[in-house]
Amino acid sequence: MSLTYDHIKSKLTEKFSDQVTNFEELYGMLSFEAPKEMNLKVMQFLFDEPDLNFRFLTDLTSVHYPDNAGRELAVVYHLHNLVDNVRVRFKVFTDINSPDVFTAANLFSAANWMERETYDFYGINFIGHPNLKRILNVDEMDYFPMRKEFPLEDQTRIDKDDDMFGR
Amino acid sequence: MSEHHIKLPEGSIEKQTTTLNLGPTHPATHGVFQNILELDGERIVSAEQTVGYIHRAFEKIAERRPLYQITPLTDRLNYCSAPINNMGWHITCEKLLNVKTPKRVDYLRIIIMELARISDHLICNSIVGVDTGAFTGFVYVMQYRELIYEIYEEICGSRLTTNIGRIGGFERNFTNAAFQKLEKFLNEYPAVLKEFENLFTRNRIFMERTMGVGPISAERAINFGFTGPNLRAAGVDYDVRVHSPYSSYEDMDFEIPVGSTGDCYDRFLVRNQEMYQSISIIRQAYQKVQEFKGAEAEIFHADVPEYYLPEKKDVYTKMEALIWHFKIVMGEIDMPKGEVYNSVEGANGELGFYLISDGGRAPYRLHFRRPCFIYYQAYEEMSRGSMLSDAIILMSSLNLIAGEMDG
Repeated sequence: MSLTYDHIKSKLTEKFSDQVTNFEELYGMLSFEAPKEMNLKVMQFLFDEPDLNFRFLTDLTSVHYPDNAGRELAVVYHLHNLVDNVRVRFKVFTDINSPDVFTAANLFSAANWMERETYDFYGINFIGHPNLKRILNVDEMDYFPMRKEFPLEDQTRIDKDDDMFGR
Repeated sequence: MSEHHIKLPEGSIEKQTTTLNLGPTHPATHGVFQNILELDGERIVSAEQTVGYIHRAFEKIAERRPLYQITPLTDRLNYCSAPINNMGWHITCEKLLNVKTPKRVDYLRIIIMELARISDHLICNSIVGVDTGAFTGFVYVMQYRELIYEIYEEICGSRLTTNIGRIGGFERNFTNAAFQKLEKFLNEYPAVLKEFENLFTRNRIFMERTMGVGPISAERAINFGFTGPNLRAAGVDYDVRVHSPYSSYEDMDFEIPVGSTGDCYDRFLVRNQEMYQSISIIRQAYQKVQEFKGAEAEIFHADVPEYYLPEKKDVYTKMEALIWHFKIVMGEIDMPKGEVYNSVEGANGELGFYLISDGGRAPYRLHFRRPCFIYYQAYEEMSRGSMLSDAIILMSSLNLIAGEMDG
């Protein structure tokens, strides 16, 4: 297609100089990273720029890396240019103690629930979100279950007396 | 005032609108959804959709399961077309593990996926019929969904939550009985679909109930992250099968039907046309499968012993297979490090898998892009200003599957 990853790369570097970093191509998809204050600026630029045209938010989610001090939580956006059929992955990292990231809900209506889901499971506080409350879990829940500090039950545990149910 | 009088909550007399709780288990919502509707007479002023009643934490569970044990989890996303989810998951794993599948496997997969698409669209469209008051179509086409389920049964042994296939191919070759049933389906189904169409497409009652109901513009649909038939009904010809072909869809010749207004009627028509396209794809794939001769006609999986769970009879008789079986089941085989996003055209939209591996036996993170979850948020905007009965049709014509929404 007409839009190449090199072109996207040069466009982003031209606009944001060294703010947008970590360009890599993993399994055929361009991936890059920006400081979390910049997330909206970068996405707006990708959205508005006539030859970039990333107008479709495919996916928004978060990943927890407990060992990455100061950048424990990653918010991952998958953006899609439907005209040239090009996808990119855009990441911002945030500290787990102040997980504040600007909301993309005003740019993409689709981000509304995806951000609520991300908040629900990872506790990312999306600043400016119109209705940031839990979506899949109960409202009373006071922790964020997809974080790595909540392991699943140990499959080898023996302290459970559950003769009837196998373990 | 006597004490027998009903006590109304304060302020309820002055309130001009009625609050109606539709769901969580209302028969007309076909799933566990709660809709809190604010009604002015019968007109919807605002709606608040609630999901999460059957959330099962699949993404968390997947973080400690080896790849092949995640397949049964994907069944339970969109359970009306479980094989597509299974195949999507296998294709994602194959992308991460760099497994190249033989052409015959690709074509067999296409047959299964298109059958699943037909069964899903069939349910959706006939349910739209039921919600407009026409029960006949629903009961009539059900026997062909049954036939599709019988084909699944011949291939993998189960019907609804199929767990069909393996990483690299299928667990066994298609039997003759499966091909015979497929032929029966291909011979009989088009006429039935035509008849089903005749019941609805130019039916005046149906047209008046669905035309102009719950429309969405192409621009809004894209902004809301619509995919699949719902997006195509709004006039955008985006189809993952064409835009980023997987499983050799590039060898098939088919059209993408599009609508114009994005209302319930267009969505119905798009799904109907897609079923015809699916039949044609199945015919082409089946023909290509038949062209394989000799040893090639026996291939049903890629030659990747380190990831492909071997057949049970080999495990009992061959040392090699026993070792691989042991290594795979005990989780001795680590996957490569990497991050991959892969999507397939599910029956109701782009079903994506975002898989991050840190080199262990289980994914570090797995995220399902569930199309239902994403486009259900447009429900409020689409239903505002319409009648209560239209809200029900809108819901069924969006093809909302509770299992997919809650992940």
